[in-house]
Amino acid sequence: MNDKVTLMKGNEALAVAAIRYGADGYFGYPITPQSEVLEKLEEEMPWETTGMVVLQAESEVAAINMVYAGASCGKTVLTSTSSPGFSLMQEGMSYMAASEVPALVINVMRGGPGLGTIHPSQADYFQAVKGGGHGDYRLITLAPASVQEMVDFVALGWDLAFKYRAVSMILADGVIGQMMEKVVLPEQRPRHTEEWIRENCPWAVNGRKGMRPKNIITSLELDDDKMEENNHRFQATYREIEKNEQRCELINTDDCDYLIVAFGSMARISQKAMELAAEEGIKVGIARPITLWPFPVDAIKKAAEGVKGILSVELSAGQLIEDVKLATECKYPVDIFYRLGGNVPAPDEILTALKEKLVNKLG
Amino acid sequence: MELNDIIRPENRVYKRPSLLNEAHMHYCPGCSHGVVHKLVAEVIEEMGLQEKAIGVSPVGCAVFAYNYIDIDWLEAAHGRAPAMATATKRLMPDKLVFTYQGDGDLSAIGTAETIHAANRGENIVIIFINNAIYGMTGGQMAPTTLLGQKTATCPYGRRADLNGYPLAISNLLAQLDGTCYVTRQTVYSAAAVRKTKAALKKAFQNSMDGKGCSVVEIVSTCNTGWKLSPVKANEWLQENMFAKYPLGDLKNE
Amino acid sequence: MKEEIVIAGFGGQGVLSMGKILAYSGLMEDKEVTWMPSYGPEQRGGTANVTVIVSDERISSPILNMYDTAVVLNQQSLDKFEKKVKPGGVLIYDGYGINTPPTRTDIKIYRIEATEATIEINNSKAFNMIVLGAYLKVKPIVTIENVLKGLKKTLPERHWHLIPMNEEALKKGATLIKE
Repeated sequence: MNDKVTLMKGNEALAVAAIRYGADGYFGYPITPQSEVLEKLEEEMPWETTGMVVLQAESEVAAINMVYAGASCGKTVLTSTSSPGFSLMQEGMSYMAASEVPALVINVMRGGPGLGTIHPSQADYFQAVKGGGHGDYRLITLAPASVQEMVDFVALGWDLAFKYRAVSMILADGVIGQMMEKVVLPEQRPRHTEEWIRENCPWAVNGRKGMRPKNIITSLELDDDKMEENNHRFQATYREIEKNEQRCELINTDDCDYLIVAFGSMARISQKAMELAAEEGIKVGIARPITLWPFPVDAIKKAAEGVKGILSVELSAGQLIEDVKLATECKYPVDIFYRLGGNVPAPDEILTALKEKLVNKLG
Repeated sequence: MELNDIIRPENRVYKRPSLLNEAHMHYCPGCSHGVVHKLVAEVIEEMGLQEKAIGVSPVGCAVFAYNYIDIDWLEAAHGRAPAMATATKRLMPDKLVFTYQGDGDLSAIGTAETIHAANRGENIVIIFINNAIYGMTGGQMAPTTLLGQKTATCPYGRRADLNGYPLAISNLLAQLDGTCYVTRQTVYSAAAVRKTKAALKKAFQNSMDGKGCSVVEIVSTCNTGWKLSPVKANEWLQENMFAKYPLGDLKNE
Repeated sequence: MKEEIVIAGFGGQGVLSMGKILAYSGLMEDKEVTWMPSYGPEQRGGTANVTVIVSDERISSPILNMYDTAVVLNQQSLDKFEKKVKPGGVLIYDGYGINTPPTRTDIKIYRIEATEATIEINNSKAFNMIVLGAYLKVKPIVTIENVLKGLKKTLPERHWHLIPMNEEALKKGATLIKE
């Protein structure tokens, strides 16, 4: 066992992964159940080693606007929050989308609406995959199902953000944030140099070195025709992302009678339900969307071929199921099982629901 | 003397700062913004910071400041300029980072961002245009609107019992340990313009020297919002604004 | 090998850290591990529990409805988790303050006097290590050597001098198991 293998909470893993990727800055505000991200960063003191800036902002509103600024400077920046905080961040999310800047935003979801509960939820699904703030925009939305993926998706999120000049979001929940698992940490990467940024992000606001033409990052365009043109450009990027970046894990889907679609912690718990079902001779497969947007339409369509029925298992009252129905074009019976308000089902609850809603009805 | 003689370099006594481009400004005739823009461009040029300057423009009349001054700019959401400036300066400490904000942006919707950036002692400059009214949206009441002053949203004059009191936010900012320089200037006369220029230069130098947060409030006119001619607006400014917002340094460390 | 454990008791009894040490020990043996706590204000003074899974294979759900072993340290947790032990599984409970003992006959039940042992060795901080020692006597899924290695990983260096005391507590715990 080498020293890169360790045991870590999902939230702590996010912090370490950000440092190791070579992040330039983190700006955030404490909120349960993800405060360990900022706590871990402060404990690690990366400003002493890599030079990364870590700042506890006065609010989520300030934090996301700090991220907006950092991203506009071509810097590798992130924030993390939980549901109520993410609602406050929608202003900055929309502005970043309009300004086409790359950033990483993490939402470790808790049960809402309102202050709600501090326990796990996936009820911010629509908010993430449909945009969330005002205007037509999308977020590349990654859904980790393990602590290892918390680490891996930090890198993937930034890679995609810089590739498309878009905002990537890690949509985790309290289970993945709070649990500890074995993780393999990546090597420390150097932070981007100013030269790298000037070469790869020629749009970045970082001073007119050599009196190059001035750069302006703004979301404002009062000329309607130009703003329409901007919107067409955003949409073209989104279509490109939809074409190239769908990701999905398929488990036992080649020979299953029933398909469970679930993401994040619910996919993990559903896997146990799948194991329990197998003991009873019920053949269940699992499709786990890794990108929630772009939704892995092709993979799920293929996984659904020939199944008797599909169960959407979610910690929300019918959000994921909409995309499942759209992806499978309503060709198969699709039902739903959910728990709400911070409650998380045990594996046997999912199996019971599968039997009641599909197996007993469809045979 | 012919025109061509007059514009010879050796005969020139005044010129447009090179960073202030020839774009047609959208500001109303008589407005203070044009003068302050010129000063900002002039000071950056004189300090040789044109390759290092990054401005953060607000939501308000100065939203398009980036169209007129040829440096790199960020355009902030309403009130968030100090948060953006904070991150920008922290991520690039060698740059000159300043915000340019009006009274609505700085002392209403952005009060939290302003106070906390100042209190953290961010090495930024906050240029605060206080004209006691919301200019861009058509003359509504601002936190800095004077008692009795008429605006679109206090058409019978601001009343303390209904609208609270005018907010002298620079006095508040001067109390904070994170500010090193808080000054209140104006640009209604040539002498005042020269003083404001000196204040801006000092503030910019503070930012480059890492001394903390500098705030330069500029008590300004909004003749359109005030519904006065430019000349009358200048008179009204002197007769009414300075009583509540007296000029001079509030803090100079 | 796969062991699915729940450890439950009052907040402050060291339930979460006991789970953590066990998880680290599993890591030292190159096994797959998950540690899933109940979290939030309920930890402070209320009941706390943690699910730990140690396995040779990739672990699916970190949240379970049935356990191979339940280690329970108060009456509330006993009431809650006795029924959640798989048939043939193991229930270990501290006898202190238990008014209604477990009644199942299809599982192996061990009553240990960990609180008493803690008083005996005059070290209230060793309580969870005594319990862990008892558990490992019943289910030796990791070696004591790797527990101590795991402990070293979880403790800041300034507390390493406490490791011998913890080793003693583990050994003491093992003696509490009476067949």
